[in-house]
Amino acid sequence: MAEYRTMEEAELRQRTRALLDEVHPERTDSISFRRAQYEHGLAWVHFPEGHGGLGLSPKMNVVVHDEISKHSKVVHHDPPASIIGIGMGAPVVLTYGSEEMKRTLLQRIFSGEDIWCQLFSEPSAGSDVAGLATRAVRDGDDWILNGQKVWTTVAHLSKWGMLVARTNPDAAKHDGLSYFLLDMEAPGVEVRPLYQITGEAEFNEVFLTDVRIPHERMLGKEGQGWQVAITTLMNERVAIGGGGSKKKGGGATAQLLKLWQERQPGAVSASQEALLRDRVTQCYIDNELLRLTSQRARAAQSSGNPGPEGSVSKLAQAEINKRLWETAIDVMGADGLSFEEGYELRQAATHSGSAKALAKYQFLRSRANSIEGGTSEIMRNILGERVLGLPGEPRVDKNVPWKDVPRS
Amino acid sequence: MALDFSFSEEHEELRATVRAFLQETSDEQAVRQHMASEPGYDSELWQQLAEQLGLAGLIIPEEHGGAGFGYVELLVVMEEMGRALLCAPFLGTSVLATNALLACADELTQKELLADIAAGRKLVSLAHAEANGRWDLAGVELRTQAAGDGFELSGSKRWVLDGHGADVLLVVARSDAGLELFRVDAGAKGLDRSLVPSLDLTRKLAHIELAATPARRVSSGDQTAALERVLALTCAALAAEQVGGAQMCLEMATEYAKTRLQFGRPIGSYQAIKHKCADMLVAVEFAKSAAYAACFAAANDEQDFQELAALAKSTCSEAYFHAAADNIQIHGGMGFTWEHPAHLYFKRAKASDLLFGDAAHHREVLAGLIGI
Repeated sequence: MAEYRTMEEAELRQRTRALLDEVHPERTDSISFRRAQYEHGLAWVHFPEGHGGLGLSPKMNVVVHDEISKHSKVVHHDPPASIIGIGMGAPVVLTYGSEEMKRTLLQRIFSGEDIWCQLFSEPSAGSDVAGLATRAVRDGDDWILNGQKVWTTVAHLSKWGMLVARTNPDAAKHDGLSYFLLDMEAPGVEVRPLYQITGEAEFNEVFLTDVRIPHERMLGKEGQGWQVAITTLMNERVAIGGGGSKKKGGGATAQLLKLWQERQPGAVSASQEALLRDRVTQCYIDNELLRLTSQRARAAQSSGNPGPEGSVSKLAQAEINKRLWETAIDVMGADGLSFEEGYELRQAATHSGSAKALAKYQFLRSRANSIEGGTSEIMRNILGERVLGLPGEPRVDKNVPWKDVPRS
Repeated sequence: MALDFSFSEEHEELRATVRAFLQETSDEQAVRQHMASEPGYDSELWQQLAEQLGLAGLIIPEEHGGAGFGYVELLVVMEEMGRALLCAPFLGTSVLATNALLACADELTQKELLADIAAGRKLVSLAHAEANGRWDLAGVELRTQAAGDGFELSGSKRWVLDGHGADVLLVVARSDAGLELFRVDAGAKGLDRSLVPSLDLTRKLAHIELAATPARRVSSGDQTAALERVLALTCAALAAEQVGGAQMCLEMATEYAKTRLQFGRPIGSYQAIKHKCADMLVAVEFAKSAAYAACFAAANDEQDFQELAALAKSTCSEAYFHAAADNIQIHGGMGFTWEHPAHLYFKRAKASDLLFGDAAHHREVLAGLIGI
């Protein structure tokens, strides 16, 4: 557990006002303002002094945000493309990076000058990410990498990638991995958009052909990549956070109810309509249950007795969201046959079409909910084993050199 | 308003006390004994619950001799009772009839009955459902008949909780004013009561026939709205009981999956069983959220209480039934035997799903309330 020093809230507010006296968001662009915010130790106050923080408790971060909002109409929030860098990149650099890395990388992550991506998943290593096959071979002061990564968000915008590669194929799978910082502009790195079921590319594939990474860009020790990756993944869980709409009947439910209210009268028989109405009501209920369960999880957390209510949300939310959009399509009936957006292959963008067009897009996009960030099958294993304490499956890949484990 | 779902230390103490008491007095052997008896419960145990724990009058105000607690305490107690499969007239007398008395009855009747309920001296049952099979109040057809200064009732009532042994029946009947509440005492002329051979042996139900039976009107004016709320409150409490039962089924199934070995390893290590347990866990946690939300809303008199009660009854009915059914499946052949308690939970689950309207009925109620 990290130890934090204490500071009066008033002093932190005072320091924030000092920042605002020097640069004001209303008169400064996001990058310049956030650079200054970092220099004042107000980027993430729980980071050490000199690295964008003041060594305070993470709870104090809201004070800074609150004080800025109070004195400025413009707030320079975390840039959307920087979510991975800020949520996972900065903590991993802080924990495992050299002083040189902290000095050169952290400020540019916070300012939004450098975008970061995460290179863990591979075509042959999905749920079993520790079985990944990208090879790193030592060559003097460098490592030479060959392999393919997949499902990489913002890779096409990124300066840096957090990459796990196999440095020792003779070790058991978790033990032969190392964690690298990859310069995405290095020769041999090729980023291609990965078009999805919707025709959009939210993700990329990254191909690595004889890419050189200097040894000093290894984070953690050789063979320690899995532990470093776990640190990153834990921060991912925190960054993604818990589920459901904040408001009663809000979010996706509101969109479904709108489609229901605007359904074509007389398109289906009364008994068919009664069946649909029951499904719509069940969708409303399910989303309320998600919302109420995350409220209950928060209450349990603040009373210091977190129970299983937090862990069930990921699984439930995926299944519930898929069911909601399936229902939405069925409510539309024959209208579900058209796809107004078209399937032109393109980069992901915000969607501003009609409620119907959006629902059709969501009908397709939501298939990923039970796959991304842990499939529903893996989530059920986690709930069964870690929450209920059921025994694991016998493992055929345990204590076996990675190179001898069968893989597709 | 956001519900906070916080249980205080006192609530946790209450839970621990009731759990310990029921483990002692209502273990499986006791449940089997009580369910086989004609009254369907143990009168000595009921007396202890009333006197030592103050549960018979848990939600009866102190001025009427009760404990004066609210719906958060009730939810804790119901959860524990559901877990233990307690055989007792608690739902019928201390929840349903008590709520009807508090919401609809005149002062005299409250005075006459509430203190006796709290002391465990009297059982009171509300009779509203009829042979038409409907659970909504619009289904009440029994009409009042004026007889001299008073009233007489003729007709039948169905599925009356503990109605065969109740000291007093509160009968819902239709008049020109709307729905009104009538008191009929045990032994009244023309009153015929028969115990229903029930699917769920742990909760007794009776059919009631009334033939020109003298009845005292105990309410004033149309009670439809008040009775709607009484039924919703009862559903919220029943949902909490269902949660307790479902949690117990989850624990039984999980425990068995850890210890039962087939093909050389615990069956819980197979994903077919593990994933069933995980889905059960999700359903039980969601059921808790629903039942707690409804009971906290009742306690705080929230505007959307009736929506939440319908949502809870629907959710918890399905969660309990599926948990009880999967518990049998996970126990395999053993789970199908009379000797194993799994069937007792299964029967309680289905019966409490059907009682006061099943899951689909309550989705219909909710849809009506929120305009789907």
